[in-house]
Amino acid sequence: MSDTYTLYNPTVMDHFMNPRNMGDLKDADGIGEVGAAACGDIMKISLKIRDGKIEDARFKTFGCGSAIASSSMATELIKGRTIEEAMSFSNQEVVSALGGLPPVKIHCSVLAEEALKAALEDYVKRHPELAARVAAAETVGA
Amino acid sequence: MRQVYLDHQSATPLLPEVFEAMRPYFTDFFGNASSLHQHGLRVRDALKTARQQMAALINAESEEEIFFTSDGTESSNLAIKGVAYANERKGKHLVISATEHPAVVNSVEFLEKQGWTCTRVPVDPEGRVNLAALQAALTPQTVLVALHHVNHDIGTIQPVIEAGRICAQAGVPLYVDCEASAGWLPIDVRQFGAALVSFSPHRFYGPKGVGVLYRNKRARIVSILHGGVQEGGRRAGTENIPAIVGAGVAAEIARTELPSRAAHVAHLQKRLWDGLSTRIPFIKLNGPVPGPDRAPTNINISTEFIEGEGQLLLCDMNGIAVASGSSCVSKSLKISHVLSAIGLDHALAQGNLILSLGKDNSEEDMDYVVEAFARIVTKLRAMSPMWDEFEKGVIDSVIAPRGIGKSFSQHAAEVSGKAAH
Repeated sequence: MSDTYTLYNPTVMDHFMNPRNMGDLKDADGIGEVGAAACGDIMKISLKIRDGKIEDARFKTFGCGSAIASSSMATELIKGRTIEEAMSFSNQEVVSALGGLPPVKIHCSVLAEEALKAALEDYVKRHPELAARVAAAETVGA
Repeated sequence: MRQVYLDHQSATPLLPEVFEAMRPYFTDFFGNASSLHQHGLRVRDALKTARQQMAALINAESEEEIFFTSDGTESSNLAIKGVAYANERKGKHLVISATEHPAVVNSVEFLEKQGWTCTRVPVDPEGRVNLAALQAALTPQTVLVALHHVNHDIGTIQPVIEAGRICAQAGVPLYVDCEASAGWLPIDVRQFGAALVSFSPHRFYGPKGVGVLYRNKRARIVSILHGGVQEGGRRAGTENIPAIVGAGVAAEIARTELPSRAAHVAHLQKRLWDGLSTRIPFIKLNGPVPGPDRAPTNINISTEFIEGEGQLLLCDMNGIAVASGSSCVSKSLKISHVLSAIGLDHALAQGNLILSLGKDNSEEDMDYVVEAFARIVTKLRAMSPMWDEFEKGVIDSVIAPRGIGKSFSQHAAEVSGKAAH
C-alpha cells in the first residue's frame, strides 16, 4: 500500500503542512485574536493596511489542522482587498477556496472570518475617522 | 520513512499463526455451529476449544462461563443491560466510575432514560477510583457495579480486587471491563471477584469482529439480542467461527507470551516517556507514572500551548500513528471525558495525545518518535499564539507556572467571550 490517506483534502493538507503567512507583523495596523467557544481553538490575525487596502496579513493559530489551514487561506484571500471589501468577507470563501471542509470543521473557517473582522475592528478603533465608512460597508455586506 | 504504529489500543495486526488457524474456517469448515450434521459438529468442537482458550486466559472455572459477542461494545451492552434487566425486580440502581469507556457510559445512559438511576464514582487526579465513594454509593437497590481494569485513555490500573471485595460484601455483582488490559496484564476473574469480565482479542493480535464476555454462573443475566439459542441463550445470532477460532489462538499465545510482551512494552514505555520529558519542555504525563499503577502499554501526554489534532496529523505525516483525546478530534467537539474527570485543565486536554505500545515496537522506534515529536512540537508552537503569549508573559504555563500572566483558560474565555468547557 503506497497510497497516503489524508484526513482532509489535498488543499487543506497543503495549507496545514505549509501554511502561508504564518507569524506576526511588526507594527501591525490591526490585530484580532478570537477563540472558538465550541472547541477551544484560538486564532490571531495581524494586518498591515495602507491607503485603505490590506497590504499584508499574518496569522497564528492554536487549533486543529483545519483551523490552521483556514487561517492560512483567509490571510491569502484577504491580501490586496480594501477595508470595505474585507468587512464583507465570509467564511464561505475560505471553505470554497479550500475545496471544502468536513461539516464538523466548518466552525474553523468561521473562526478565521471572526479573527479577520476583529483585526479590522482593531484598525478602525485606531482610526475613528473611518468608522462611518466601515459601518456603511458592513451594512452593504450584510 | 520509519513507520511506528503507536495505536495498539485501537487495533493490533493479526498474528500470522492466528490468520493460518482462521483460514480453513472461511472455506473448508464453513458450517454453522447450530447445525446437527458433520459440518456443524466440527465447528462446534472448534468453538469449544476457543472457549477453553479464553477461560484459561482469565482463569475462569469453566469454558461455559465464556460468551462470544461481536466486539467489546456488545459485551459491555450485554453486561450492563443484561444484568440490569435480569435484576429489575431487585432494584434499578447502577454504579460506575467516572472514567468508564463510552460503551459502558452510553449503555447506562440508555437505561437511565428508562427509569434506572446511576451513581458515577469520582476518580483521583491520576484516574484511580475512590473506593470509599464506591462503597458509599451502594444501596439495597444496586444491581451492578461497573469498573474497568485499565483505563482506555490514561492507562490507570484500577484497584479491582478491592472493588471486588466491597461488591462481594454488599452482594452486588461487579463487571470489570478488561478491554484495555487483556493480553497485557494478568487477569484472574476469581481473584477479581468479578461476576462479569469483557475483553476483545483484536487488542492482542487477534481478529476484529469478536468480543468476549465472561459471566460467572451465579450472576443473573438476560439476552439483549433475541433470536436463536446460541451462547446458552444469552446471545442470539450465528457465531463468527473464523474470528472466534483466531481469537482463541491469539488468547493462547497471549497467555504464554504475556510476561515477555509486558516486560518489553514496559521498557519501551519508560524509554519513550523519559525521552519525551527530557527533550520537550512543558509536557505532562496524564495518569500514573510508568510502574505498578499504570498499564505498560499506554502513554498519555499533554503538550502545552498546542492542540492535539495538529500533533496527530503531523505525527501521521512522519509515519507515527497515534490517537488524541482533544476536542478537535472528537465529533462532539468535547475533550475526552476521562481527562475532564481527572480535572485536567482544558488547555492541557486540548493538547492531548495517546500513544499505545505493542510487541513489535523497538527502542529505535521510541528514539525516532522522541526526535520527530520534538520537531513537531517546535513547528506547532511557532504557529501558536499561545506559545508567543507565554513567551511574552501574557499567559502562564499550567505545567510549570512562572507566576507571570493570566491563565490560558482565562485568556481563552476573554477572546472567545465564553468560558472554555
